[in-house]
Amino acid sequence: MQGTVRLMQGNQACAHAAIAAGCTFFAGYPITPSSEIAEELARLLPRMGGKFIQMEDEIAAMAACIGASIGGHKVLTATSGPGFSLKQENLGFAVYTEIPCVVVNVMRGGPSTGLPTSPAQGDVMQARWGTHGDHPMVVLAPASVREIYDLTIQAFNLSELCRTPVILLYDEVIGHMREKTEVPDPSQFKIIDRKQSTSSPDAYLPYKGDEDDVPAFVRFGEGYRYHITGLAHDERGFPTQNPRVVEAKQRRLHRKVEQRREEIVAHEAFLLDDAEIAIFAYGVTARSARAAIRTARKEGIRVGLFRPISLWPFPDLELEKLAGQVKAIVVAEMNLGQLIYEVDRVVHGQTRIVAYQKASGEPVHPEEILTAVREHR
Amino acid sequence: MFDYEQYFRREMMPHIWCKGCGNGVILKALLRAIHRLDLSKDQIAMVSGIGCSSRLTGYVDCNTLHTTHGRALAFATGLKLARPEVTVIVITGDGDGLAIGGNHLIHAARRNIDLTCLLFNNQIYGMTGGQVSPTTPEELFSTTSPYGNIEAHFDPCRLVEGAGGTFVARGTAFRTIPLEKLIAEGIQHKGFSFIEILTTCPEIHGRRNKLGTPAEMLQALAKTTLPTGVLRKTSAPEYTEVCEGIIARAQGRG
Ligand SMILES: Cc1ncc(C[n+]2csc(CCOP(=O)(O)OP(=O)(O)O)c2C)c(N)n1
Ligand code: SF4
Ligand SMILES: [Mg+2]
Repeated sequence: MQGTVRLMQGNQACAHAAIAAGCTFFAGYPITPSSEIAEELARLLPRMGGKFIQMEDEIAAMAACIGASIGGHKVLTATSGPGFSLKQENLGFAVYTEIPCVVVNVMRGGPSTGLPTSPAQGDVMQARWGTHGDHPMVVLAPASVREIYDLTIQAFNLSELCRTPVILLYDEVIGHMREKTEVPDPSQFKIIDRKQSTSSPDAYLPYKGDEDDVPAFVRFGEGYRYHITGLAHDERGFPTQNPRVVEAKQRRLHRKVEQRREEIVAHEAFLLDDAEIAIFAYGVTARSARAAIRTARKEGIRVGLFRPISLWPFPDLELEKLAGQVKAIVVAEMNLGQLIYEVDRVVHGQTRIVAYQKASGEPVHPEEILTAVREHR
Repeated sequence: MFDYEQYFRREMMPHIWCKGCGNGVILKALLRAIHRLDLSKDQIAMVSGIGCSSRLTGYVDCNTLHTTHGRALAFATGLKLARPEVTVIVITGDGDGLAIGGNHLIHAARRNIDLTCLLFNNQIYGMTGGQVSPTTPEELFSTTSPYGNIEAHFDPCRLVEGAGGTFVARGTAFRTIPLEKLIAEGIQHKGFSFIEILTTCPEIHGRRNKLGTPAEMLQALAKTTLPTGVLRKTSAPEYTEVCEGIIARAQGRG
């Protein structure tokens, strides 16, 4: 079946895709530039029999989502900068207790209250490492309205599959942009639900990973009577300080995401086959890069785009291949250096890395990238 | 003799509480209240924050969720909304529920969501070694009020009343039969129920302030000048039911 074509805003697409992915619960707290997601879901969820609640702050919104997920719902929360900071502690709780949830962070200028209505890409490292402690994290970065739709569904699927939070990270421009968007028909995507336990209540071990390192789930109230805690815990879910048990859990948490690398890691390669210069960019910056590339190609400059779609895990292997092929990689970001350090780590001296960084609250203009490309051809 | 074992998780024993701590007495009253109401363990969820008191959830054989410091009510709100048919009991302390989690207490009460919140008020941060709390009486000593507490303490029951809580009560870890009845009544009440339980921390707070033996400290609770028993009981629309009404309306059924 074909999809339907509509004029859609990025945040609106996120809300609609959440419903398509099976989301039945949203808890949030208003903040620009993410509020449209909450507003749209406040309207849509009750129609589908789902629950919407505006909590007293982002800490509570994150907590309520985790509580509802433990009750068996697919859950979403959406926020921006300051609110994303507030969510961090409970986000770590969800990682450690392996409770699926999707968190949207629409990036605005910061730090602090910063530029509430302007785009930025300053939360890339926070998304990876914002909650304390050693932990894996899955972060997806769409660059169009349609991609917000697709990656919202993907975020729910990965979260259910790995029983870990997934963050959808995009900037204000992508969130507020309206584009003609083909909304896919449900027959065009697959929906994944968390694995349910098939063992009896007596034999159930809530934190024993299966072969895929993911434990099977049972929602509260089904007769399994188990314990969930943010303290280090054993396979029964009970607190432990046994070094071997603690380390085994920690390694399994990481492994369950690493095991799925093929399914999670994604990037777009645009005109890279013959490229001498690659631009590395994501989100709205990648859109400007694409425009710059078209112009540069007309000038005879062989340049292409490497756009990471999963920021975390980082597309190491894919980028490393490219490093051997091009004579320079222009890393364009709306921050003063975040993912460039990852690029540097992967490239490992194989090619030149050129930074184009902007932190004014304005998107990077194609002309600016073009100039950088011309200088380094 | 009441059989407490039927509700305990044997594998979690021994518990972490100090000898003579008031928490155990309250736990027993809670279990008797559950028994009195003939609630199935499968249908009960207990949600707690962080603190000595919040460790309670680990010991009870039901659906238990030990969350982050101060946030138990927010987690419980999501869980209750997701599964209105589950009886959700929240365990919190005076630091957990009134300092870091005070805002969530206000809003859970305001929403009148059907949770039963037991606040273990031992007037101190027990778990972290005896720092001053929002209910530490003026002039008492703690590790962070070495010259005596200079801040005013406050009455959480009045806070919850002000925020619209529909069932507000106060009991003590000394009078355990009335406490058991209060807890049972709180669980039965439809809407947000708040029960402040005056209790003791003999090991840390008691020793530092020379408040006597654990038994003497428990006895002293009986002499509280604060009103005990049910302080407020009214009815108002319950949050999860109101939500179901909204769904019915949005679907054109209401
Ligand atoms: C965000 C955060 N801040 C601080 C702590 C440290 N902490 C753990 S328990 C606690 C106080 C607990 O006091 P209370 O709620 O009165 O419980 P009690 O131990 O007295 O029963 C604190 C400050 C924490 N775990 N998390
Ligand atoms: S420190 Fe105090 S509150 Fe904590 S278990 Fe010991 S006596 Fe009880
Ligand atoms: Mg206390």
